[in-house]
Amino acid sequence: MRIPTIKDDRLYTKEHEWVKIEGDAAMVGISDYAQDLLTDVVFVELPKAGKALEQFKPACVVESVKSVSDVYAPLSGTVSEANSALEKSPEAINGDPYGAGWIFKITGFKTEETANLMDAAAYKAFIATLKH
Amino acid sequence: MPYIPHTKRDTEEMLKAIGINQIEDLFEAVPSDLLEMNEFNLPAGFSEQETRQHVSGIAAKNWTAEASFLGGGFYHHYIPEHVTNLGTRSEFFTAYTPYQPEISQGILQAIFEYQTMIVRLTGLDATNASMYDGSSATGETCLMAANITDRKKILVARSVHPQYREVMRTYCNGKGLIMEEVPFDMSSGQVDAAALGSSLTEEIAGIFVQSPNFFGVVENMKELSDMAHEKGAVSVQIITEALSLGILTPPGKNNVDIAVGEGQSFGIPVSGGGPSFGFLACVEKYIRKLPGRIVGETVDEDGKKAYVLTLQAREQHIRREKASSNICTNQTLFAIRALIYLATLGKKLRDLALLNHSHSLAFQKMLSEKGLRRVFSKPFFNEFVVDGCDTLLLQKLKEQRIAGGLPLKRFYPELKNSLLVCVTEMITKDDMEKYLREFLFIKEAPLRSA
Amino acid sequence: MQTIFEKSVLGRSQYQLPVAIAAEIELGEGMTRSMLDLPEVSELDIVRHYTALSQRSFGVDTGFYPLGSCTMKYNPRINEAMAGLKEFAQFHPWQDDADSQGTLELIYRTQEYLTEVTGFPGLTLEPAAGAHGELTAVMMMKAYHLDRNDTQRRKMLIPDSAHGTNPATAAMCGFDTVEVPSDAQGGVDLEKLKAVLDEKTVGMMLTIPNTLGLFDRNILEISKLLHEKGALLYMDGANLNAILGAVKPAKMGVDVMHINLHKTFSTPHGGGGPGGGFVGCVSSLVPYLPAQRIVKDGDSFRLDFSAPKSIGRVRAFYSNFGVIVRAYTYMLRLGKEGTKRIGRYAVLNANYIKARLKDFYNIPFQQHCMHEVVFNDEKQTQYHITTMDIAKRLIDFGYHPPTIYFPLIVHGSLMVEPTETESKETLDEFIDAMMKIAEEAKVTPELLQRAPHSAAVKRVDSVKAARNPVVVCNTCCT
Repeated sequence: MRIPTIKDDRLYTKEHEWVKIEGDAAMVGISDYAQDLLTDVVFVELPKAGKALEQFKPACVVESVKSVSDVYAPLSGTVSEANSALEKSPEAINGDPYGAGWIFKITGFKTEETANLMDAAAYKAFIATLKH
Repeated sequence: MPYIPHTKRDTEEMLKAIGINQIEDLFEAVPSDLLEMNEFNLPAGFSEQETRQHVSGIAAKNWTAEASFLGGGFYHHYIPEHVTNLGTRSEFFTAYTPYQPEISQGILQAIFEYQTMIVRLTGLDATNASMYDGSSATGETCLMAANITDRKKILVARSVHPQYREVMRTYCNGKGLIMEEVPFDMSSGQVDAAALGSSLTEEIAGIFVQSPNFFGVVENMKELSDMAHEKGAVSVQIITEALSLGILTPPGKNNVDIAVGEGQSFGIPVSGGGPSFGFLACVEKYIRKLPGRIVGETVDEDGKKAYVLTLQAREQHIRREKASSNICTNQTLFAIRALIYLATLGKKLRDLALLNHSHSLAFQKMLSEKGLRRVFSKPFFNEFVVDGCDTLLLQKLKEQRIAGGLPLKRFYPELKNSLLVCVTEMITKDDMEKYLREFLFIKEAPLRSA
Repeated sequence: MQTIFEKSVLGRSQYQLPVAIAAEIELGEGMTRSMLDLPEVSELDIVRHYTALSQRSFGVDTGFYPLGSCTMKYNPRINEAMAGLKEFAQFHPWQDDADSQGTLELIYRTQEYLTEVTGFPGLTLEPAAGAHGELTAVMMMKAYHLDRNDTQRRKMLIPDSAHGTNPATAAMCGFDTVEVPSDAQGGVDLEKLKAVLDEKTVGMMLTIPNTLGLFDRNILEISKLLHEKGALLYMDGANLNAILGAVKPAKMGVDVMHINLHKTFSTPHGGGGPGGGFVGCVSSLVPYLPAQRIVKDGDSFRLDFSAPKSIGRVRAFYSNFGVIVRAYTYMLRLGKEGTKRIGRYAVLNANYIKARLKDFYNIPFQQHCMHEVVFNDEKQTQYHITTMDIAKRLIDFGYHPPTIYFPLIVHGSLMVEPTETESKETLDEFIDAMMKIAEEAKVTPELLQRAPHSAAVKRVDSVKAARNPVVVCNTCCT
């Protein structure tokens, strides 16, 4: 298996979401490791703006040809925007998981919840434990 | 032994290869008192010849009409011979779901063509590869409407097929949805639009209206759909007489979101109510909410056109407890038969639909002139309700090997002397005249005895 | 190949209607459609087109079809002939009981047979397919608990090896699903079951034998544990063929089960349907069965609807009556001797394949299997060969591939179900092909990776199909 890219500028969950906080908004996507496991993403069921999220509860769904995966909210808050470009090109999640493949943004989150997330080094160590 | 080809020697060799002495050794995981060693209380097996005699004997106990005016959800239509012939080709009927696209291109393409037919007939954008039947497909559509709108209440017209309403209620109870019935107008025979309007709140997931309805009456689907949309509900049109799609304004043109119904009219015998197939079509935006299999066009490794089951992530084998339906079987064999039927009639489906309408209208007028009056006023497709009929008429008709229609009292106590009469292309002028003669005979009987 | 729409030529249609005896129309403005974009082709075009499509399909009649979990046995032709009898095919479902005696009797007799082989006193043939039977059964379980004012039960236990229909069905009935892991022998992990089983449990949905093709030796313990907590055991009968004539489900402590008539009882699969469902249950669940029941009064039969606690109706009319005729015809042919042999010979065939291929393919579970055997690609991974490659290569040898990548708990699983209707010679030829493929995996792996070579198309692009769904043909026929 290829070695997944893990970016230092954001935090991660055990369910392989990343979150990057920029001012009032927290941008969310799935990690390179997750997109590789999923294989070709064919559809993203985007959350509606205004949807209330709870940390580590399902926020939306990502589909590949052979699987369906929940995307869990890394932080509690409200969906402020979803990446509508994914409606036309879901493959961005595979091609650029940390950039064009972002899925939604959260506002009104509680900063203290970031304590429940992993930084890049911790996440790297975490996925190393998953390999069989 | 029928259908088990093993000779004694085969069995011995196979046991030896496995390394056991008797077949029962393979059942070692079964608790010993559970393994059946005794004889079953069943008759000895029949030869094929005896089987044919026996089953034919049971079949003969059914009464068979020479002319049937029964409709009400299942219809007698003519089936061209080649439709039956092609539809029973064994490559179709002994295959299973085309999960391996490379050796299933024929069935996949046939389903793709079927989907195209249904989409063109309904004027909607997408459909699945078929459902069990019209009633269960309608039950599934309740769940679909709730899933789309995230609401829990279903409104259904009382002029919807009574058994469909029963099935809907069962599905709604299962999922915890609430189903409410809306009355029909006793004079027009259409759903009571005012009553529908007052029940239609922002809690309603969908309105379910059958058109032509159980009384054969065509509903104002556009007006009803617009009412539904105003409250954010989806508009569902149920169709049990699929032939009506040949002439009536298609659901899509009437702003209907989902059309669901029974496809039996397209080349499939009535056969006690099945097997046939249900169809379910919707507007583009709900395609990922459709239950069941869907075939899509794609390419193979060489870039050659190919078909494959697609959007499978909606389905139970992938989505499991998140799936909105558990359906896996569809009715491919009968969807293919309907496809061949539709390809055969082509644009003449419209002529056949018109002929059904004109003949039923002519017969209705013949009856009306003699005093058997129609109950409802709004236009009908190929079946209508008459009042003032008693069991004697049905009995007399039966003696002439005519099934005279369906008494409605069982389902609608207020229609206690009413009969649902259906006229398709199978009914000849002679049949109509016989029917009329029997009616007049009964009507005039008291005069004769006086 | 072109679609029928692309073959359409304006004015070509030859179809002739009977002569009209009336022409008046009473459909007002806006009620009729102006356009009907259906094809125009000659009858011969149609015959050739659909014959060609049938030839690009693969059925049991084409060749060996060892598709695990689907029981692709021979579909006897006499079944078709009996379903096609005029008195059945032209039987209108609204005929009253007196005019429906043949239909009612046939359904009644089918139920009698099923009662004898399953041991269940209560039953219905109303469900239209297996998953429909599952739904009926779980609705009955729900009604049973609610009727006892037992409203706390929300949890449905489902083994991790289950078919997807099980969790989907539980969800359709508003239940939460709890996955129960399998143990090292492929059965239900009893300790893990005990840990999740409580008074909030609706029941357990158990496939017997399970999807690994194994009979759970703890079955009596499982049903006892469930019953102690007031929960019910539902048996998914998708794999009934393994035990037909060998084990009566009711004796295992099963409370309710479904059967697929199109698997165990030889009715054709029809390219994905029609199916036929059956639900059997113990007497305590009888009140909740679908409301339409057939009652025998002396020598005649009638429909009875007096079941106030019933879940209602799951399908209009007499369901897939034609499928029931086929199944009954098969049951008559089997009789008591044949019935007893079905499960035994299905199991013999599967174990024969297992024994002869055990050195060529990895077998995750060593014990005797039931009607199907699960292999995986562990021995082939070193050559970069996957289960998919093996399956596609089988096509070149003239076989329908087995079920692949299911059950999910076995990595790269390849599930082979031969059924009892296949002869030793057929199995030997298949075994030879599998051995040859195992050899090819070592020597010429690219042959497998690029397979199939003989089919109408190469491997297809499923990703493209799902990303940009094209689900209808765009060619106009106007």
